[in-house]
Amino acid sequence: MPLLEIRDLCISYYTRAGEIPAVVDFSLVLKAGESVGLVGESGCGKSTVAMGIMQYLGNNGGIVSGSIKFKGRELTTLGGEELRRLRGSEIAMVYQEPMAALNPSLTIASQLMEVPMVHERVTQSEARERALKLLADVHLPDPERIMAAYPHQLSGGQQQRVVIAMALLSNPSLLLLDEPTTALDVTVEAGIVELIAELSRKFGTALLYISHNLSLMLETCDRVCVMYSGEVIEEGAVDSIFTWPKHPYTHGLFSCIPLPDADKNTRPLVPIRGQLPLPHERPPGCNFGPRCDFFKQGLCDAQDIAIEPVTVGKDADHCVRCIRWNDIDPSDAITVGPSKQAVAVGDIVLEVKGMQKYYEVDDRSIRALISGGGKRYVKANEALDFSARRGETVAIVGESGCGKSTFAKVLMGLETATGGEIRLDGINIGEMPVRERSAKQLASLQMVFQNPNDTLNPSHTIGSQISRVIRKFGVESDRAKVAERMLRLLDLVKLPRDFAFRRPRQLSSGQKQRVGIARAFAGNPSMVIADEPVSALDVSVAAAVTELLMDIQREHKTTLLFISHDLSVVRYLADRIVVMYLGRIMERGTTAEVFNPPYHPYTEALLSAVPIADPKIEKRHIVLEGAPPSALDPPKGCPFHTRCPRKVGAICEQERPPERAAGEGHVIACHIPLEELRGVEPVIRTAC
Amino acid sequence: MVVFILRRLGFMVLTMVVVSLLLFLLLEISPGNVATKVLGPYSSEEQRTLWLAAHGYFEPLHVRYFSWLGNFATGDFGESIRFKVPVSEVLWPRLANTAILGLATFAIMIPLSLVLGILAGMREGSKLDRAISVTSIATTSVPEFASAVFLSAIFVFWLKLLPGTSGMTEGFSIKQLILPVMVLVLYDFGYVARMTRASMAEVMTTAYIRTAVLKGLPYKQVILKHALRNALITPFTVIMLQINWLLSGVIVVEFFFAYKGFGALLLEASLNQDIFLIEACAMVAVFVAVATQAIADIGYTYLNPRIRFA
Repeated sequence: MPLLEIRDLCISYYTRAGEIPAVVDFSLVLKAGESVGLVGESGCGKSTVAMGIMQYLGNNGGIVSGSIKFKGRELTTLGGEELRRLRGSEIAMVYQEPMAALNPSLTIASQLMEVPMVHERVTQSEARERALKLLADVHLPDPERIMAAYPHQLSGGQQQRVVIAMALLSNPSLLLLDEPTTALDVTVEAGIVELIAELSRKFGTALLYISHNLSLMLETCDRVCVMYSGEVIEEGAVDSIFTWPKHPYTHGLFSCIPLPDADKNTRPLVPIRGQLPLPHERPPGCNFGPRCDFFKQGLCDAQDIAIEPVTVGKDADHCVRCIRWNDIDPSDAITVGPSKQAVAVGDIVLEVKGMQKYYEVDDRSIRALISGGGKRYVKANEALDFSARRGETVAIVGESGCGKSTFAKVLMGLETATGGEIRLDGINIGEMPVRERSAKQLASLQMVFQNPNDTLNPSHTIGSQISRVIRKFGVESDRAKVAERMLRLLDLVKLPRDFAFRRPRQLSSGQKQRVGIARAFAGNPSMVIADEPVSALDVSVAAAVTELLMDIQREHKTTLLFISHDLSVVRYLADRIVVMYLGRIMERGTTAEVFNPPYHPYTEALLSAVPIADPKIEKRHIVLEGAPPSALDPPKGCPFHTRCPRKVGAICEQERPPERAAGEGHVIACHIPLEELRGVEPVIRTAC
Repeated sequence: MVVFILRRLGFMVLTMVVVSLLLFLLLEISPGNVATKVLGPYSSEEQRTLWLAAHGYFEPLHVRYFSWLGNFATGDFGESIRFKVPVSEVLWPRLANTAILGLATFAIMIPLSLVLGILAGMREGSKLDRAISVTSIATTSVPEFASAVFLSAIFVFWLKLLPGTSGMTEGFSIKQLILPVMVLVLYDFGYVARMTRASMAEVMTTAYIRTAVLKGLPYKQVILKHALRNALITPFTVIMLQINWLLSGVIVVEFFFAYKGFGALLLEASLNQDIFLIEACAMVAVFVAVATQAIADIGYTYLNPRIRFA
C-alpha cells in the first residue's frame, strides 16, 4: 500500500468573481521513504496541493472532488479531532519563510517541546531531551543555547533548521516541504538541502518537495511532477524527465535556465512567450496551447488532454500530458536563440578606489556606558577597488550581508562613503548625497530594483510615472514630446502602448519589472545598477526580463552593474565579476577567470552551492559550516577563515590575505599560493 | 534594559519639568492677575500689593519659578480659593475617589473587552464576530451623557433599583458606584474590544499560527499559547492610553452623578478660576499621562521579545 495516494484531486477557491479552480485532476502516488518533487511557476497550484493534503485551505478554499488517501485513510472526510492528531505527528510541514513560521514571542524550547507533549503525551523533561537531540541532529551548534533563544536571535539558516527539527520531532512518515530554501542564501541552501536528504534517509521519511527551482529537484528528488496552470503536465523519474523532457512547457523551462554552457552572445536564453493564463480564463484543451510552438488548431484545443506514459527512449520512465508528444520533438524547437553581437567595451565609466562605508552603532549596554566605549562600527564596505567600462556588465556577487546593497546605496547617493572615492565619468560622487546631485547626474546613474511589486506607486498610471521621470531628469519638457518619449520607452521594454493608462495592480510582476526598466532608462543613463532584478520573478519571466535588459544594453551601450547572489545568472550575463564577502572583495576577474581555477576558496564554495538542472553535469560538493559572522565584529585576518574549508593555519586568523594577481585583472585575496589554487579540480564538470 | 528604564524615567521627569514651566508662564507670569484671582475682583490695589509682597511675587522670575517648583515637588500646592483649605486637602481625597471609580471601571471593562475582542478576532467574519462588532460600535457611539440619562431612566426611575446620585454623603456605598461605572464601561469597552479584535484577527492570519495549527495542537492551545500574547501587544498600549483618557473623561459622569472625584474637582476649579487648584490638577494629569506612557513602553518590551533584545 502506498503511503500517500491522491486521485483526481480538484481544489477550488471561492471568491467574489466566482469559483476559481486552482488544482485540476491531480493524481500522485508516494511510497514510504520516497521523495517526490512538485515543480512549477507561481500560480500553478503546487502549494495548494500541499495545503490540500494538510486539509488547511482557509475559509474560501475547498476540495471539490477526488480523494487523498494517507496510509489507506481518506483525508478529505476526516473529522477535526482525527485531523489534528494526524497533523504534526504523521504529516509534518516545513515552510518557505522560517522567520514568519516561528512564533516571535515564544522561545524555541517551548515551540519544540509542545509537539511531542501534545501528540505523545510525554513528560516535560522527556520532551526537552528529545528536542535537544533533534537540534543536534539538524547540526545546530550548542542546542542548549538555541533552546533558550527567541526566533529573531537566530540566523535564517538556523531558523529553518529549527523548523525542520520541529517537523521531525514526532517522527512523521511524510514531510511536506514548501519552498524550504527559497528565502535562504545559496551556501545556506546547500546545507539545508543536504540536511533534508540526510534526515530522510536516517528516519525513512517520505518527502513531498515543492519548489519553483527545477535545478533543486535534480538534487533532492526521486520523482518529479511538473505543474502548469493547475495540472500536472509531466510526471516521472527525475533522470528521465531531465534527459527526455517531452512536454513543450518542460522543455521551455529548461531553455529559460542559464546552464553553464549558455552565453548571452552565442547561446542566449529563449524565454517562453506569452504568460500564464488566469485560472478562470484557461483555454479549451491544452492549457499551454496558446504559448506552444507546436500548437495545432483542432487537435490541441479540441478536447481535454489525458496524461499518457512515454514509451520511447530506452529508460524513459514518465508520463506526459501532451496529445502530440509522439509527433513532436521539443528539442526541434529553438532552444538556442539567434546569436547576438557582443558589445564593444569602451572607456572607463565607473572607477572605485578604496571605497569604505562604515555605519556607526551606539552600544547602549551598561558596560559600554561605564567604559565609555559606546561607539562601534559596522564595516559594510571595506576598501573596494574595481572599475567598469562603457557597455560592460560587471556583476557583484555575494550572500546577504556581504555589503553589495550598501555599495549600491552609496553609488546612488542614498548614503555617502566613509572613505575612498567613486568616480563616475571622472567626477567623485562618493561623498555627494542624492540631493546635491544635478538632474543630469541623477539621470546618468539609475537603478532597477529587486521587487517590482513594491517599487511602483499603486495610485499613479504607468504612463504618468514614466513621464514624471522624463520631466524631472530634464530630458524633455514639452508635453507632447514627453508623451512621445514615454511611449517609445514602452516600446523599448516591449510593452503595449496602451499600458500607459494602466495602474500597477493591473500588471503582472514581469510587466512591472519592465516598467521599472523603462523608468531607469528614461534619462539615457550611462550606467544602470540592477539589484537582483530577476530574483523575485518566475523562471520563464526572469529569462524574458534578463534578455530584455541585455538587448537594451546592447542598443544603448549602457554599463550595467548587476548585483546578485545567483551565480548561474551572473555567469550567463556578466563580463566581469566581483566576489564579495563581509564587505571585502575576495576575488575579481573576467567571468571565465572567476568560474575556473584558480578559485578563491569562497568562490569555489559558492559555485558548488548553485544547483544545476543538467544531469550530465557532475559537481563537487562543498558545504560551508556555520553562518557568515556579523559585520559588527568581523574576524581578524581573512574574513572567510571561520568557514573556509581550505584554511591554512594561524596565518589566516592573524594576517590580512595578500591580493595576488592571477592574470591581468584577475585578483584573488588569499594566503594560499596561486600555484596550489591552480591545481584545484574544477567544481563542475560535464560527464561524458 | 536598566538603561532603557532609566532613560524612560529621565524622559518622564523632563516632560514634567517642561510642562510645569509652560504652566507657570501661562498662569503666573503676571502677578497682578494672580492677586486678582486670589483676593477677588473687589480687592483694593493696596491689598493686592501687600499680598503679592507677602507671597514673594516681587522676586525675579526664575527665583519665583524655582520656589514654585520646589513647593510643588514637596506637595505644597498653596491654598484653594474656593474651598478655603490647602489644595492638597481637597485634591488627594478627590483623586482617591476617581481612582476607585477608575479601578472599578477597568476591573470590568478590561476583561470584558479583551474576551469579546479575542472571541471576535479568533474567527473573523463569523456570526459571533459580527454580533460583537456591531454591539461595540453601537455602544461606543452613544455619548456618556446620553447613556447616563438612559441608564438612570431605567434603573433609577423605572426599576427603582439604584440611587440616582452618587454623592456618597453617608460614607462609601457600592450601590452608588454602579451607575457611573456602568456608563463608563458601556462607553469605553467597545473601543478596546474593537482594537483587540483587529489585532487578534491579524495574528490569526500569520504564518506562525498556521504552523501551530499544522503542528496538530488543539485549537485552545493555539489560541491561548500562540495567538494571545502576540495579539495583546496592541490592546495593551490602548488600555494604557485609556487610563489617561479616564482622568478627564470622567468629568461628565462625575458631574452627572454628583460623584466627588477628580473630574468634578477639575470642573469646579476651572469655573471658579481657582488658580492653585488648577495648577495642581494640571500637574497631576500630566504626571498620570507621562507615567502611563512609561509603563506602557516598559510593558511593551516585556510582551515583545524582539524589542527587548534589540
